[in-house]
Amino acid sequence: MNELTARTGNQAVALAMRQVEPDVCAAYPITPSTIIMETYAQFVADAEARTQLILVESEHSAMSACVGAACAGARVMTATSAQGLALMHEVLYIAAGLRLPIVMAVANRALSAPINIHGDHSDAMGSRDAGWIQLYAQDVQEVYDTVLQAVRIAEHPSVRLPVMVCFDGFTISHGVEELKLLADEEVKDFVGVYKPERYLLDIEHPETFGALVLPDYYIEIKRQQREAMTQALAVIPAIDREFGQRFGRSYGVLEEYQLADAQVAAVVLGATAGTLRAAVDQLRAKGVKAGLLRLRAFRPFPAAQVVRSLSQVKAVAVLDRADSPGTMSGPLLEDVRAALYDAALLPRVAGLVYGLGGREMDEAQAQAVYQTLLDVEQQARPTTSAGYVGLRP
Amino acid sequence: MVHEQPNISPVPFKKLAERPELLTGGHRLCAGCAESIIVRQVLMASRYPVVVVLGTGCLEVATTVYPSTAWEVPVLHCAFENAAATASGVQAAYHALKASGRLALPELRVVVFAGDGGTYDIGLQSLSGALERGTRFTYVCLNNEGYMNTGIQRSSATPFGAETTTTPAGEQATGKIEWRKNLTDIIAAHNIPYMAQSAPSAYRPHDLKTKAAKAFEAEGPSFINVLSACTRGWRYEPEQTIAVTELAVETCYWPLFEVIDGKWQLNYKPRRKRPIRDWLAVQGRFQHLLQKPELVEQIQQRIDREWETLLERCGEIAR
Repeated sequence: MNELTARTGNQAVALAMRQVEPDVCAAYPITPSTIIMETYAQFVADAEARTQLILVESEHSAMSACVGAACAGARVMTATSAQGLALMHEVLYIAAGLRLPIVMAVANRALSAPINIHGDHSDAMGSRDAGWIQLYAQDVQEVYDTVLQAVRIAEHPSVRLPVMVCFDGFTISHGVEELKLLADEEVKDFVGVYKPERYLLDIEHPETFGALVLPDYYIEIKRQQREAMTQALAVIPAIDREFGQRFGRSYGVLEEYQLADAQVAAVVLGATAGTLRAAVDQLRAKGVKAGLLRLRAFRPFPAAQVVRSLSQVKAVAVLDRADSPGTMSGPLLEDVRAALYDAALLPRVAGLVYGLGGREMDEAQAQAVYQTLLDVEQQARPTTSAGYVGLRP
Repeated sequence: MVHEQPNISPVPFKKLAERPELLTGGHRLCAGCAESIIVRQVLMASRYPVVVVLGTGCLEVATTVYPSTAWEVPVLHCAFENAAATASGVQAAYHALKASGRLALPELRVVVFAGDGGTYDIGLQSLSGALERGTRFTYVCLNNEGYMNTGIQRSSATPFGAETTTTPAGEQATGKIEWRKNLTDIIAAHNIPYMAQSAPSAYRPHDLKTKAAKAFEAEGPSFINVLSACTRGWRYEPEQTIAVTELAVETCYWPLFEVIDGKWQLNYKPRRKRPIRDWLAVQGRFQHLLQKPELVEQIQQRIDREWETLLERCGEIAR
């Protein structure tokens, strides 16, 4: 357990996959997730992983092949980014609608146009209603641990939904960090063997998967999906607790940093939490009651916990690494404000878009975010929304 | 490779008719639709259990209306343009699960049924990819020459001059202006072990099931393009489906042939090739052409050229 090494996020995904050893992996290369499949292909070539690799001709076919394989009864994993995720969009809904426990790593990257290969969350945000569970990792270790947990979450009988493990493109996918690896047997023991309840290759009990459903039954089937997402809110922390008990690391559905008595706080997904924590430390040293809320689960959205974390805070900045033009700011802001709407105590909530197309937030900008919140808190400025961090003047 | 003498005993139709139906009655296909005829003949030709992958189309929506299904075999419908890719996934899962020993799996065959829409057009990429990867499956294209499920719009399989809702005849239009895409050549260029063109027939009742049987024996991908007459889209009386299909064959509009390991083989040469006008005249979608002899002649010449080319390829005539 916990063999210490140094790896990139992409390598961490490939290593986790090698230990899970899915039956089938259908994937297509796209920056910045390509290296996952290249690394995995080498594992297969060296007989370190027994997986049927389908080197498809597009991401739409990648997810289609994943659906075919998962429906057939196999454990299936894949990876993509940006345009690839967008290209498989209709099939994402199909995977979720057919209740298939596919696990996909997404190295988050900006969606064209303009074409940009660098990190932001617009790709996964564009699929947030597809019915996939979305978990956002903030560093290489969490990517590794979350991929392993994702297999259990997806296959859990109360859930049976596909899971996206999201991490910032380049920042995490290509950055080398410390990584503690579990032993192969520990992973195999944790993920267990996939035993589908119904599967296409069950010749003795033929079933029809993907039937036409007319208005008389469609809503009820969709409602079952919603129920599964609700169940996931309990299953995600349960699997995470088990992981923590066995292997010493757990994350929950969100992470509170210096939030207990915070007057001002930022809310963020992913790697930029690191920069914000540094800003919080500096502000705390100066006596400012700053805090940070990092969400790990975005779908399902842990609304009740978000309200509990933020309700006492006076001013909140929700930082979106994706924009939703025509609304106040980005998707995370929408969900946070919606969750807070019925809270007894209401902070001022501002939305800021940052980091689009790979422009990282630096510490000075992080500090400026909190300064804005302090101004908002003191009502020197009205609540701002639809602002950008670090926009060229 | 395809074995020269496939191990199929020529089971008489009477015996085949005693086998359990794998596509039962009670589905919602139109009276006269050829698709169920084709599906039943293809399925009865398999020695092994089959797993079916469907592309969206008439067959899928008419046979799987939740909470009922007409299928007595496992069936997966994913989307419109990806039946081949989906089948690649099913096949890979089969290999993986069999190799791991987790499930006791018999030998089986993966069959795809998709329309010309999901094959010639939106599904061409997915099909090409699966063929290139050598996925072992049998892809049966139910070619009714249009997007019939959505109400008769043109596909690239729609013949020149045919009227569809998106290529209507009118004051300044005479139906589809493009010649149908030659999918068979495209498939042949993928160098798969077995490919064929077929049609359900009363005079050649073994053509389709024999080809299906050969396709199931191919050690690699196989493809059968089957002409599937559509009473609504082609506009003829439902009981005429087989008669109309015969005319397609007798006019050499839809030749019956195979490509086995790259070798072209003609299965039927009409003793007296009928004029293409005979084929056009029985269908409402071509009625507007009958007053335009120059267009009929254009079609005849093109059909003749294609027939000559096919005869040469099959070694029936010298180049």
